[in-house]
Amino acid sequence: MSEATTVSVAAGPAAGDYEVVIGLEVHAQLRTRSKMFCSCSADYVDAAPNARTCPVCLGLPGSLPVANREAILMTLRTALALECDIPAHSKFDRKNYFYPDLPKGYQISQYDEPLSRHGRLRFPVDGREVTCGITRVHLEEDTGTMHHEGDVLQSAARSVVDFNRSGVPLMEIVGEPDLRSPTEAREYLQRLRRLLMYIGVNDGNLEQGSFRCDANVSLRPVGSRDLGVKVEIKNMNSFRAVHRALEYEIERQRSVLDSGGALEQETRGWVEARGATLAQRSKEQAHDYRYFPEPDLPPLELSKELVEEVRDALPELPEARAARFVEQYGISLYDAAVLTDTREEADCYERLAAAGVPAKLAANWQMGDVARLARETRVPLWESGLGVDGVRVLLGLLDSGTIAATTAKELLEELYLRGGDPQALVAERGLGQVSDEALLARLVDEAIAANPRAVADYRGGKQQAFGALVGHVKQATAGKADARRVTELLRERLDG
Amino acid sequence: MSAAGWSGRTAVECAAALRSGEVTATGLLASARGRRDAVDGRLGAFLARTDDLAERAAAAADERLAREGMAAPPLCGIPMAVKDVMCIEGVETTAGSRILSGFRPPYTATAVGRLLDAGAVVIGKTNCDEFAMGSSNENSAFGPVGNPWDLERVPGGSSGGSAAAVGAQIVPLALGSDTGGSIRQPASLCGVVGFKPTYGRVSRHGLIAFASSLDQIGPFAHCVEDAALVYECIGGHDPLDSTSAPDAVGDVRAELGRGVAGLRLGVPREYFAAGLDDGVRRCVEVAIETLRGQGALIEEVSLPSTAAALSAYYIVAPAECSSNLARYDGVRYGRRVASPSLQQSYLRTRDEGFGAEVKRRVMLGTYALSSGYYDAYYRKAQKVRTVIAREFAEVFTRVDALVAPTSPTAAFPIGERSDPLSMYLCDALTIPVNLAGLPGVSVPCGLVDGLPAGLQVIAPRMADALALRVAASYEAVTDWHSRRAPLGVAA
Amino acid sequence: MQLSPEDVAHVALLARLGLSEAEQERLRAELEAILDHIKALDAVGIEGVGETAQVTGLVNVWRADEPRPSLDAAAALGNAPEADGAHFVVGAIQE
Ligand SMILES: [Mg+2]
Ligand SMILES: [Zn+2]
Repeated sequence: MSEATTVSVAAGPAAGDYEVVIGLEVHAQLRTRSKMFCSCSADYVDAAPNARTCPVCLGLPGSLPVANREAILMTLRTALALECDIPAHSKFDRKNYFYPDLPKGYQISQYDEPLSRHGRLRFPVDGREVTCGITRVHLEEDTGTMHHEGDVLQSAARSVVDFNRSGVPLMEIVGEPDLRSPTEAREYLQRLRRLLMYIGVNDGNLEQGSFRCDANVSLRPVGSRDLGVKVEIKNMNSFRAVHRALEYEIERQRSVLDSGGALEQETRGWVEARGATLAQRSKEQAHDYRYFPEPDLPPLELSKELVEEVRDALPELPEARAARFVEQYGISLYDAAVLTDTREEADCYERLAAAGVPAKLAANWQMGDVARLARETRVPLWESGLGVDGVRVLLGLLDSGTIAATTAKELLEELYLRGGDPQALVAERGLGQVSDEALLARLVDEAIAANPRAVADYRGGKQQAFGALVGHVKQATAGKADARRVTELLRERLDG
Repeated sequence: MSAAGWSGRTAVECAAALRSGEVTATGLLASARGRRDAVDGRLGAFLARTDDLAERAAAAADERLAREGMAAPPLCGIPMAVKDVMCIEGVETTAGSRILSGFRPPYTATAVGRLLDAGAVVIGKTNCDEFAMGSSNENSAFGPVGNPWDLERVPGGSSGGSAAAVGAQIVPLALGSDTGGSIRQPASLCGVVGFKPTYGRVSRHGLIAFASSLDQIGPFAHCVEDAALVYECIGGHDPLDSTSAPDAVGDVRAELGRGVAGLRLGVPREYFAAGLDDGVRRCVEVAIETLRGQGALIEEVSLPSTAAALSAYYIVAPAECSSNLARYDGVRYGRRVASPSLQQSYLRTRDEGFGAEVKRRVMLGTYALSSGYYDAYYRKAQKVRTVIAREFAEVFTRVDALVAPTSPTAAFPIGERSDPLSMYLCDALTIPVNLAGLPGVSVPCGLVDGLPAGLQVIAPRMADALALRVAASYEAVTDWHSRRAPLGVAA
Repeated sequence: MQLSPEDVAHVALLARLGLSEAEQERLRAELEAILDHIKALDAVGIEGVGETAQVTGLVNVWRADEPRPSLDAAAALGNAPEADGAHFVVGAIQE
């Protein structure tokens, strides 16, 4: 769908030019409270092994699945955010294969009637907009997890299985092979992850595997419309890994093709430690999943009303929200993009702006000192002791001239984690700004008298000298002088 | 009356005696255990005896009857048996398969749980064809079951143990499951009433799946009213089964006495085709005349795709079973054949754990779903299923219910049908009902050379009460259901 | 319907049934006979007929997203052929 940008991966002079074709498949766990087909808690990460299991997610004889409505709605929400079509009918199917982490010997998934199809994701890469088609978004269940003796599957004499993850709702988002470089692939994933987190369906944790990605890569001679032999890459646990694995794989395929060799359609795993993709032995010697309709689950009818209900609950998406911020608050597009990176961040900004904090002041502080503190303390503002309201009060004091910027900054640092009432603290410690007209006039006069050199320099055109005079007054008031008024008074005397 | 004197009595009779003080639940349990221990060595109907559970249940039932009197649930204190495909927490549940030997589920099936809550006294788990696949009970990994009318003959299957336990007058009631006839056919062969409710009426939660879109739990009993009692208790919506019907079961027993006068009963021509034993045919024809005599309007109808139903069934059921039985991999429960590698363990566990018929159906179903064959077999079978359901629906615009034979033959000798296809034909007249999800009941309608024959009543979906009403009406003027198998204590 | 020994071996592997050669051969003949019988399907007119996978007519059966207590891990592992006290244990995955 995106314009085919030719990526020359040729290194040597004899090598040919190939077009890179990448399609990504993302598996994202849904942030429901309970599992997909049973009522076990979906919050399995810190649980003792096999302590989040029941007859259903262990696949005990006689157990039956009951679908989680919220998971279906979250998948539809995702589909709408990805501009997909929602069909009138959908159903679950069984995908049959044997593996120890798959308790029933089949995965409940969706085959020919997924919850949605034909969507797209748009995102910028190097200042140009790329559109990647979304083939389908469907809903299935996660498997259990395995640990191999010695941590190596290939050599382990024993492996152990934990079914806590078994049955956690899993959304599969299949992208069209529209991506033309590892960078486009990485940007697609980052943008998709942000979107899923934004609409509250996924927590975006690549390391713990709540957001997982497989890639299909092939090369074809520039100008060719045929698809080359496709290699599937698995085990990429970070955006960096995706980028490196794709770069490696493109290079590997290019050398095979350049040397006149033939590529094999296969699955390869990214091995971080070796910086290489390695051929994997297939899970099932004979791949034949024998999909058929899941008889234990009645089909789904997705009425217009239901779809509209989901659409109404869909939050304003990041791009639209950023555009509105520019329009409504008069901030730059860059600032708006930063402030809408996460939904919490954007909500936070809107609360400040709605409470009357000047839009630019709020933006500067949120993206500046607040963001720095959030990074340093690893506590976002909305979870900090000070909270969004505390910052609102603080910036209000600053804006009204009650406190100086330095005071505001110090209070922010002090109260960020511990919390407290900035207003009360300003009163209690006498941190209010010195704005007594007579006092400031006397201090300004003293500064001029004490710094004849600076006065002369300033009058001679050196603007920096002005700072020294302001500094004198600030020092005399322990930083509490109203900087704006001091500047005005100095200008009156020196320029007048 | 001595404890043994309760053998062969109906649940309704037992319930009245419990309330009149003529007998206690503990006494009924002693009678049932006595009979079981006296005959089951030759019969082989039971796989597990749940005597501790039963003793506690009987004691609790006696207390409850003393406390609640007439208000106690009708099944309170009544001894029962449960086919070994239904989970009871802590009780070994094998589905008649070696692969599950030793398996003790940590939960109880909804249908069984509802019986236990009503005070029923479960005395054991009954033998069955492995994973409910079979029509003679010869496919059990734990040995065959004798027919109480002739121990050398099969009781039918797959719920052979439950049918035999009631037929041998060990318990007045038992639960079975019916995927292609597995309640009705053994009921017919053992001379008892067997009822398969509309698909979705009784929760499948806790029922070990054979073919999920066809399986349905139902009762065995000596009379239709007893079967209705069980059905009223176990039926109704269960949020743990997504295919469970939301509709209430209603007061079924109140319908039973309404007779058949003015009802239009269809006789499907195809159910009397070649393969139907002459003796059985005569019994069923007489039964139909009896119904006509009661005022029913009898009309011949046609269900042209009846023969193809068997073919569709032998695609759909094996396909679902091939998937349902994939979980028996020796990882989480059941038997595992220790092997150096996981792959070998899978292959050997499943080869040694499953019997011949199960493997045959797993192979057939895997093949029918496999790449390249899905359209020719599975998809086509699903379309034929549509046609069969449609033919029933069309017929039901003209008649209220259908009457036909249940099994084409009476009980045959153990070991006689070694060819799978000839065995599959046992269910030719019961299978279409499962494909369409209809209710069907079999009532005793005669003896052929001393062996029982059954009349099958088929009704539209959700018209379970109507099927039972027709059967009850027939039963009211005949005594075949009162005949008891001549199985003596001393062989 | 003709089935080759390879067909049977392939299906047995898909189904993870470690059948002996004799068993495979017996099944090959039996399955052929059953599949021949199943040809009766072809006698039914199915043009334009939809597929029936379920007969209840129910749609949109779902539950609220409310967690309930799980089994305790001991009960979950209670039937395991091999366990290490916390996990199910399986043999070498790669041969
Ligand atoms: Mg998937
Ligand atoms: Zn669970």
